Amino acid sequence: MNPLADLTQSRDLLVNLTLRELRGKYKRSVLGWSWSLLNPLATMVIFSVVFGRLIGISPTTSPSGLNNYPAFLLCGLLAWNFLANGMNGSMVALLGNAGLIKKVYFPREILVYATVLALDWSFVIEMGLMMVFLLILGNMVLPWILGIILAMVLMTLFVTGIGLMLSVLNVYFRDLQYLVGIGLQLWFYLTPIIYPITTVTDSHGIPPWVKTIYVLNPMLSFVQIFRSMLYDLQFPRWSQVAYVTVWSLGVVVIGMVVFRKFEARLAEEL
Amino acid sequence: MSEPAVTVANVSKMFRLYHDRNQSLKATLMRGRRARYEEFQALDDVSLVVPAGTTFGLIGENGSGKSTLLKCMARILRPESGSITVNGKISALLELGAGFHPELSGKENIYLNGAILGLGSKDIDRKYDDIVEFAGLEQFIDTPVKNYSSGMYVRLGFSVAINVEPDVLLVDEVLAVGDEQFQRRCNEKFAELRAQDKTIVVVSHGLGLMRTICDELAWLEHGRVRMSGPAGEVVDHYLAEVQTDRQTGAEPDGRGARWGSGEAQIDDIQLLDVNGRETNRLHTGETVTIRVRYHADEPVERPVFGLAIFNIEGVLVTGPNTREAGLVPDVIHGAGVVDLSIDKMMLLPGTYDISASLYDYAVVHPFDFRQRAVRFDVDAGIPHETFGGVMSLGGRWTAQPDGAETIRANGSADRASDGGDPASRSGDTNNE
Repeated sequence: MNPLADLTQSRDLLVNLTLRELRGKYKRSVLGWSWSLLNPLATMVIFSVVFGRLIGISPTTSPSGLNNYPAFLLCGLLAWNFLANGMNGSMVALLGNAGLIKKVYFPREILVYATVLALDWSFVIEMGLMMVFLLILGNMVLPWILGIILAMVLMTLFVTGIGLMLSVLNVYFRDLQYLVGIGLQLWFYLTPIIYPITTVTDSHGIPPWVKTIYVLNPMLSFVQIFRSMLYDLQFPRWSQVAYVTVWSLGVVVIGMVVFRKFEARLAEEL
Repeated sequence: MSEPAVTVANVSKMFRLYHDRNQSLKATLMRGRRARYEEFQALDDVSLVVPAGTTFGLIGENGSGKSTLLKCMARILRPESGSITVNGKISALLELGAGFHPELSGKENIYLNGAILGLGSKDIDRKYDDIVEFAGLEQFIDTPVKNYSSGMYVRLGFSVAINVEPDVLLVDEVLAVGDEQFQRRCNEKFAELRAQDKTIVVVSHGLGLMRTICDELAWLEHGRVRMSGPAGEVVDHYLAEVQTDRQTGAEPDGRGARWGSGEAQIDDIQLLDVNGRETNRLHTGETVTIRVRYHADEPVERPVFGLAIFNIEGVLVTGPNTREAGLVPDVIHGAGVVDLSIDKMMLLPGTYDISASLYDYAVVHPFDFRQRAVRFDVDAGIPHETFGGVMSLGGRWTAQPDGAETIRANGSADRASDGGDPASRSGDTNNE
């Protein structure tokens, strides 16, 4: 078969499956699309009240002069939501389409790609709205749009790689999703989303070796990169950019290898 | 046509039969390995060639590997060893409408399903009208498919799948769905594809159908090719084998089930020929008695005996019972027999199963139900009909060219006036 024709066909399939995700998701709900925005908005409000007001976490005043907890929070939260939804969505991408996989041949990884791509769509809209919000607050984020897009592309690769692994492993080990649920909670608090990174790095009570391990977390770097461009209006650290690039590419390659390895008996195991 | 459409070379496929279906990470970690399993050889070194432009059938008992082979051809399953080469575009009709999203409209699903089956958006644009028209869903195309009837759903699925215009079409027994009219359209479509020299590979249990539509057949047994060649030849050998096989008492699954409360029980079901001898080989047109032997440990009031005859495909041919025939004993206690005497048994050649039941008068509570307990074969007899079907109607043929003698099937002829004009005779009846 002509590989180029195969690719075009796969692209059409990817587009159609993504549309299915997007159209199917909120089709029968009154608020429709706004649900996808309402969710992060609600999280933001709750977290702002709980962590910003009640517990009193305050963001560091940014070099841009901005000191606003909801804005600070959102810069990390949107990236986090993309990761968390991507992981949860990929885990059911194959299981939820068992009927299809058992009856029709098509490249199976497209199901994972479609899941991530559909989430990318929400991610873009959320980012857009957040930028408007930041502009209203007086942060001139527009020059950073290109950088944000690049960071989003890297995050997409990162999430796709993890998604490929999780999707196929979840077919073989059905309790993986519970484990991932716990892992995600832990990961969330290990990443400086609701608190500034300095809370950990500047703390005197935490041993230095713990801090060294703490900053190895690739999501930490992702959040810092988004935050420095959106909240601080500063160029992110090159070391962090290089770090997440290596992670993203590495994870996507490993994801593909793992997927290939387990893919062969997929139709039987489902 | 020189190149074969599908070449299957030394293909083996193993399935894992897990002892416990507990596929969890927890269990794996605790055990230090994944669940135990046995390997089951679904396909064992299968080689065959499907010539281009032919309709090729796969037959065999359940579990013989024919569906597995089809799925391997469709690339859904990946064989452990061997190779399958397909020349041209392949499309599989294993399930109609697989991948439809219930919330999406028919139109959206056409594009989605088309893409899944390997059609580009442009191809679908081009064929969209044909697809909708063939499915006959013009008015409902913007309705979410969850509101479709199952018939509409299947029609749309078939319509998309068939419009993929594959060079090789793989068909599992999906065509036994849909209403009569839709079935006919499917069959027309297949005939059209065959006429266009497309290659079709079909899996079915319907031997009559396979004999009619297939050019060549491969008979699979325990994952191996037992025989392959011209359709008629293979079906004959297969039938000969399956019929002798059964006499050794080997029963395939799904037969011989029995349930009921047991106050009265059916001990035996016998077929008696015209001389009262027990047999399980009959001929069309013969006199036969179906005898049910029963015993009741306690008095059972007003029981109803029922019989049901199924053909080999599980289609109910007839289901007579004593209540509808007006025979209701007040009470049975002890042993006895109930006979159904048939002067002319009109079943056509084939294999049939009999179920027998013993119910209360309301036919609600089963005392004993013996599902497909006895199997028998019917060989050709009189009337002699070989063009398929289950039963003969036992009709008589006559022909009457205008102004000539009536010609009867047995060759005798008489003047039309001698027998009386059928129209005037019926007129007489009306006047009485």
